[in-house]
Amino acid sequence: MCRIGAIKSSEYIHPSQALLLMQSQQKGHDNSGFAMVMHDLGGIFKNYKHLPTLSLACTDEGLKLAEDILHEAGFSRVLQWVPETFHRPGLDINAMPNYVFETFNYPKHLRNASAKEKEELLLDMRLRLRFALEEGDQGYVYSFWPDVVTLKEIGDPRDIGTYFNLWEPDDQFTAKVITAQCRQNTNYDIVRYAAHPFFLQGYTALANGENTFYLKNKEFQRKLHRGYIGFESDSQCFLYSLHYVHRELGWPLPYFKHVITPLPFDEVERREDRDTLLAIRQSLAHLEINGPNTIIGVLPDNTLFTCCDAKKLRPVVVGRTPNMVAISSEVCGINEIMPERDWQQDIYPNEREVVVVGQDLEVQRWKQ
Amino acid sequence: METMKIHDVTANDLPWKIRYDASRCTLCGSCTAACSFRAIAPKVERRRLVWSESEYPEPKSRYSAVPVIRQVKSIRNYCRGCGICEKVCPNDAIGPERNVDTRHPIVTRCLAGDSVKRGGRKNLEGTTRTLDKMRIGRISQMTDPSLDAQRHTFDMLAPFGRILPPGQLPFQVGADGRLEKSGQAPPVQWIYPVIIGDMSIGALSWRMWEGVAMATAYLNEQCGLPVRMCSGEGGVPVRLLKSRFLKYMILQIASGHFGWNRIVKAMPEMIEDPAGILIKIGQGAKPGDGGLLQSQKVAAHIQAIRGVPKADLLSPPNHQGLYSIEESVQKMFLSFNAAFKFRVPVAIKVAASATSVSVFNNLVRDPYNIVGGFFLDGIDGGTGAAHEVSLDHTGHPIVSKLRDCYLAATTQGRQGQIPLWAAGGLGKTGDLAADAFKMMCLGANGVFTGKLILQMAGCVGNDMGRCNACNTGLCPAGITTQESALAHRLDPEKVAQNIVNYFLAMDQEFKKLMAPIGNSSLPVGRADALVSTDKAVADRLQIQYVC
Repeated sequence: MCRIGAIKSSEYIHPSQALLLMQSQQKGHDNSGFAMVMHDLGGIFKNYKHLPTLSLACTDEGLKLAEDILHEAGFSRVLQWVPETFHRPGLDINAMPNYVFETFNYPKHLRNASAKEKEELLLDMRLRLRFALEEGDQGYVYSFWPDVVTLKEIGDPRDIGTYFNLWEPDDQFTAKVITAQCRQNTNYDIVRYAAHPFFLQGYTALANGENTFYLKNKEFQRKLHRGYIGFESDSQCFLYSLHYVHRELGWPLPYFKHVITPLPFDEVERREDRDTLLAIRQSLAHLEINGPNTIIGVLPDNTLFTCCDAKKLRPVVVGRTPNMVAISSEVCGINEIMPERDWQQDIYPNEREVVVVGQDLEVQRWKQ
Repeated sequence: METMKIHDVTANDLPWKIRYDASRCTLCGSCTAACSFRAIAPKVERRRLVWSESEYPEPKSRYSAVPVIRQVKSIRNYCRGCGICEKVCPNDAIGPERNVDTRHPIVTRCLAGDSVKRGGRKNLEGTTRTLDKMRIGRISQMTDPSLDAQRHTFDMLAPFGRILPPGQLPFQVGADGRLEKSGQAPPVQWIYPVIIGDMSIGALSWRMWEGVAMATAYLNEQCGLPVRMCSGEGGVPVRLLKSRFLKYMILQIASGHFGWNRIVKAMPEMIEDPAGILIKIGQGAKPGDGGLLQSQKVAAHIQAIRGVPKADLLSPPNHQGLYSIEESVQKMFLSFNAAFKFRVPVAIKVAASATSVSVFNNLVRDPYNIVGGFFLDGIDGGTGAAHEVSLDHTGHPIVSKLRDCYLAATTQGRQGQIPLWAAGGLGKTGDLAADAFKMMCLGANGVFTGKLILQMAGCVGNDMGRCNACNTGLCPAGITTQESALAHRLDPEKVAQNIVNYFLAMDQEFKKLMAPIGNSSLPVGRADALVSTDKAVADRLQIQYVC
């Protein structure tokens, strides 16, 4: 079983908080990897929120390849940050030669383009880079999006933290929303792309569980959108469903839950909106999930939420202080980073519930 | 010695021989009375008994007339091996035995200049079915715990009706952030994923049909299983059309259009919509041949319902007015979508064939949102009458064809938009839950079954050529006959009870299969749950090969 965690804070926080959140749940992970996505960046990225940042793990050749492609497409680099790495013998990490976070300006002719146009371009560029770097295993492109950085690595999470010096808080590398998982994908092949959180066009999702409708989801999603690729993990399907329902169909967030965990038919029959719910269930039967799952998601406006499978077969808890909300598989993680909070206020979401952390850390509980 | 004519028909020319032991027979007459085919008859034999009572031979003889039972050596009244004589004999004195030396297929054709016709199914292959070469191989373990089949709830419903892709749903986001319907969507019924297959009121005896209808109503109203029953082509009694039970019936229109006059006339008085309309283009049991209801079975009430004289009734293999897929869509539109004001799903049923996927590919692009389901029927099913040559030598198995259709939909990203329903030999071995489950994993939304229902009722026929006389109107079990005396052998209440019990057991078995793969809703498209030990099957169906 995976352990997952997410923090949303009113102040910029360092990823060490995410590491601590996950560290105390260490028994739950198998030291196979660490991954995180940071939204709403602070530190050195704070002044570049409107420009896309590329998160890349690659070889020297891969870096050159990626930069050439972006330059050719008209992107110009405005910031590059290569985190200092600290390699020492004994660290359990399967590192790539380079970890690069680069912020680019849009091609000139697109600087005044609509947000939608830019967003489609960013996706296309990421896909192009990914395909280009895949050849010869030259690198991994995790995200290319404004105000978002992604880091994924294979190895022991503690050692990965040490390697990237993530244990030492600083004000250079911070964000207001951080999602993290301390495990590589273990159900399918172990590759860097397989670790969640997964990211697509401003949406992030991570999950603790098993999607038994993986094949069904995958077969359907493949044809839905050009960005739905990879499928290195069954959890990736949750991201694509979220993206599809919320962005592509334009349906409000509550319907994500209705799509992935539809209400039983007899309950639907008793609802006023039964026609809508039945139509959704019919049309999107292939996006339903079955199997034990807890999902944490982040929306492009940095809203953070969590929900569970239809039978609530995986744990999740939400803890909060005035300045911070944390969602975690196990309460010990939250105890670690928020020892002062009133634990009686913790929320243990149930199977028909979505807990949403909106702007200003307002926490809402939605019943499906 | 009597002159022997080489062309005389003897018992050895027939498919079954009667085993008779005169020493056990008490001449009660039960067997001859029960034999609906008149394949056995009483006969008197002249017997000579020789005996001697003295110390040295002093033979005396006596002649006596002894009544016995004999097989009728007639190509018309031949024994079908149904075994009813054996069933009724109190002394185990009589019974049919399969005759491996039969010349029946040759003799019949030679004598009558006509082809052999029979009911039942192909009876050619005794090999293991494809479905039996697959197992449910994905058993949930530590990462994906299985469910408890007894305690957990399961969503066991399948859609029947045209499913719009999400982008086409008539939704708009309201002021309160909720989706609101902003237009009309095609009607969809959520029903139990096993439909009682289309067997017409002409094919079945009225008591059998009543039994099935009773079972359907009971399953719905007492057991909470929304099982639907398809009427088959042949119309429905007007009383049923006007009753509240119509909502459990899928009305079929086939190429003969039998019974539709009455249905159309009854429409103003219907208090319920039917569960759906099924337009039968073809069926797997008689692909390319069409249904054949022989005049022996066209009883007075059948004539009345169908509006026909007492004559052989052929439902041609296709609607004779159709020459294209576009026309079939047009027919669906004109026929009943309009008539029922777009409240009732209209589906289409075709025979599994080498070209089924082409048909499906065309329908799945249906721009009018009119195709409420694709019913695919393969060989191995079927009960009614047809020419033997059609039954034995035409048709296509269902499994790979269903899979092809599903994968074709998947390739286009249109899976589920036209629900796939499949049949053809499902439940042949008695385990419908397993067969249906595997079909769903391969992509079916649900299945339909006909012959198994007859077997639940007590059909004595089998796929080895036993009985298979559904076409004669002499069904010894009273299931496929309109002869009053024979039909009365069947107890409709018992038929209903058997069907209800079978469905309840099957429902439980379904859950027992869904639980270990961690599914609480139907496993449609979960081919990853199946494995096969047969490489060819695994490759063909794109499932995991295990050895």
